[in-house]
Amino acid sequence: MARLMMRNMDDNQSGTISAVKVSGELGRRIRDMGLVPGTDIRVQGRAPLYDPVALRVRGFTLTLRNNEAEHIEVEVC
Amino acid sequence: MEATIALGGNPNSGKTTLFNELTGARQHVGNYPGVTVEKKEGIYIQNEYHMRIVDLPGTYSLTAYSVEEVVARDFLVNEKPEVIINIVDASNLERNLYLTLQFLERGIPMCVALNMIDVAKSRGIKIDEKRLSKLLGVPVIPIIARNGYGKHDLMLAAADLSVEKKQMTPLQISYGDDLDRTFIEMEKEIRANDFLTGTYPARWTALKYMENDELILSKGQKQNSEVAAKLENMVKNVSVHLQETVDTYPEAMIADYRYGYISSIIKQGIIRKKGDEQNRLYTSDKIDRVLTNRFMGPLIMLLVLLVLYQFVFTYSEVPVGWVESFFGWLGHLASENLADGLLRSLVVSGIIDGVGGVLGFAPLIMFMFFGISLLEDSGYLARVAFMLDRIFMIFGLHGSSVMAYIISGGIAGGCAVPGVMATRTLRSPRERLATLLTAPFMNCGAKLPIFALLIAAFFSESKGTLMFFFTLISWGGALIVAKFLRLTVIRGAPTPFVMELPPYRLPTFKGLVIHTWERTWQYVKKAGTVILGISIIIWAMMTFPTLPDSKVQDFERKQEALRGAAPSAIVLEFESADKGAELSAEAQKLKERLKVIHSKKAETALRYSIAGRIGTALEKITQFAGFDWRTNIALLGGFAAKEVVVSTLGTAYSLGEVDPEESESLSETLANSPAWSPLVAFSLIIFIMFYAPCFATVVCIVKEAGTWKWGVFSMGFNTLLAFTLATLIFQAGSLLGY
Repeated sequence: MARLMMRNMDDNQSGTISAVKVSGELGRRIRDMGLVPGTDIRVQGRAPLYDPVALRVRGFTLTLRNNEAEHIEVEVC
Repeated sequence: MEATIALGGNPNSGKTTLFNELTGARQHVGNYPGVTVEKKEGIYIQNEYHMRIVDLPGTYSLTAYSVEEVVARDFLVNEKPEVIINIVDASNLERNLYLTLQFLERGIPMCVALNMIDVAKSRGIKIDEKRLSKLLGVPVIPIIARNGYGKHDLMLAAADLSVEKKQMTPLQISYGDDLDRTFIEMEKEIRANDFLTGTYPARWTALKYMENDELILSKGQKQNSEVAAKLENMVKNVSVHLQETVDTYPEAMIADYRYGYISSIIKQGIIRKKGDEQNRLYTSDKIDRVLTNRFMGPLIMLLVLLVLYQFVFTYSEVPVGWVESFFGWLGHLASENLADGLLRSLVVSGIIDGVGGVLGFAPLIMFMFFGISLLEDSGYLARVAFMLDRIFMIFGLHGSSVMAYIISGGIAGGCAVPGVMATRTLRSPRERLATLLTAPFMNCGAKLPIFALLIAAFFSESKGTLMFFFTLISWGGALIVAKFLRLTVIRGAPTPFVMELPPYRLPTFKGLVIHTWERTWQYVKKAGTVILGISIIIWAMMTFPTLPDSKVQDFERKQEALRGAAPSAIVLEFESADKGAELSAEAQKLKERLKVIHSKKAETALRYSIAGRIGTALEKITQFAGFDWRTNIALLGGFAAKEVVVSTLGTAYSLGEVDPEESESLSETLANSPAWSPLVAFSLIIFIMFYAPCFATVVCIVKEAGTWKWGVFSMGFNTLLAFTLATLIFQAGSLLGY
């Protein structure tokens, strides 16, 4: 078990969100989409220029920019 | 029985499909007051029920961060719908229920439309809707919006709710001991002072205070600043406590508990799944492996964009031709039936040419919206944004900005009118504004004939290379200006990209047709009103004041003199000949000479008009960029439509009517004129690329940006920018001896 920022996760790596360290609009949007602590996620891949990143979460696919993924801490298996 | 029913739900939940299925053609699109969010409403009739259905903008939440959310909230407050139909994607239940909970907390009678149960089934998901209904305390009706399955049951449930007029008790979720305790205190305070209780349930107000909702905070301040301060203080205390003890914020805590509540519902046997959900590859994911592949993805995207472009601009040529020939016929008819004079000029050059030119865009807009709706509804547009965002982000834009640029002429020959309208697919307000203000820099189809003319006159060697070079300049210019705007007038942090990649879906034909039709109709209505008015004003500027009688008589005398000097047989031959008939050499000569005088008269009249006088007066300034009064008038005319630049230049150079497509004579005249040089031509090309968009585009900018301010800004700022660039080029070039 190791904790790392979502930004640094590899493609196809899975984990569980342990913290979302941002407030304001970005924090709200991230949480609205279901990225709250305890949620299982898997990095599905990245865009051709390695940004944004695509996640599988709660059965749907979500994309966010690397600098947005920087605020999300994940416990990876 | 009549009732207002609000349709709410997440984007991509099938909300619009359901709305179209319910209302069909009986719908009306307008705007919510003061914002550019579309308001769609329609009528649904079933038995004795007559229901007004309002499609709320798709949102994931009911906070105050996006216009869509604010609009949806305000609608619930101001128009007090009897019932909310909350449409929920059955294959994506957890996240969809997040909004459902917030509706329930608001306490308005509601029923849930559980959509796409067929998709869910194909994914091996089975939902126990009876149990879900019991746990949520509201009716849950399974539907398939695409084919209308379940819509009668759904509407029956909604009608029952509106007849019962039962007061819903707002849902109360536990948000953990710390917050719950504070909520109780806050509610006590709110009730005791009747604080906003006329509009919102007490607990809702408390919740919004806890979420730090700016709109509610400012409303509270206005109503009772004392109570507001007390509530804000309570929130502050608990928030400090939370940060010290568990290192989190109240709003984060609220989201956690909401999702926790959803999980607790779902775990009670609501969903039965086959297989491992998290790692299962759906068809959609398999498609994505190819379409967003690092190497294949961009290539396929390029191909798709090229095909879209071809579709919009090549296939629309036929209907555009119909519209053009219809107005050509109408103009001809008017010319024949009206006496030569001001009225004929107004009807033909002002009204028919003006409106005809603008309505000629209608088929283009139709094809564009059809193409874009297809890409959007199928889910591909989100992939385009995903793949291109990295590049556009650098310039303060969004991956979706590419559509507007390409349609506007990013591949030379588009049109900024549909381009500006294409920014509607962008949900980030600042990025959207920057995109629609810079899209008109692209080289639209109307700028191309001007470039072609100037290239032919001065740079005949390398037409293809130069056109490509100019396309690059306009892209570079648009992106740099976008960045500049995002750092100055549209300053602000980037809107979070956080975006759903919806599963690929086959768009419904009905949806595409309705979508395309309503957009085109909106544009046509504009053409009949605002655009007609502006086109008459421009006509008047280029016509009035008319030449004084003495001048007109001068020209007439000259023509008479010519006729008098010629042998009478020739004059007779010339006057009695049919149009297009072969004339003898002598008669032909007479005709040419008369034409020269006629053209000279047109030139003098143009210079005498308001536009001509403005052009002449501006020469003092524009000489720094190398433009004389003739060019100035042509550029003023270009505000009506860029094509007009060529024909006005023709008139200003006494060449009579010049067809923009066949401008050899004008090109020769320019090449031989001492006032022109390759440097002037280059400076002018840059100016035309960047100066004020044509008024049809300006009208669209005003509509899309929501205020006149941005229309005026685009005219002023663009012209200033263009003039600065042209002057720099001309002055530097002159210094270097070109």
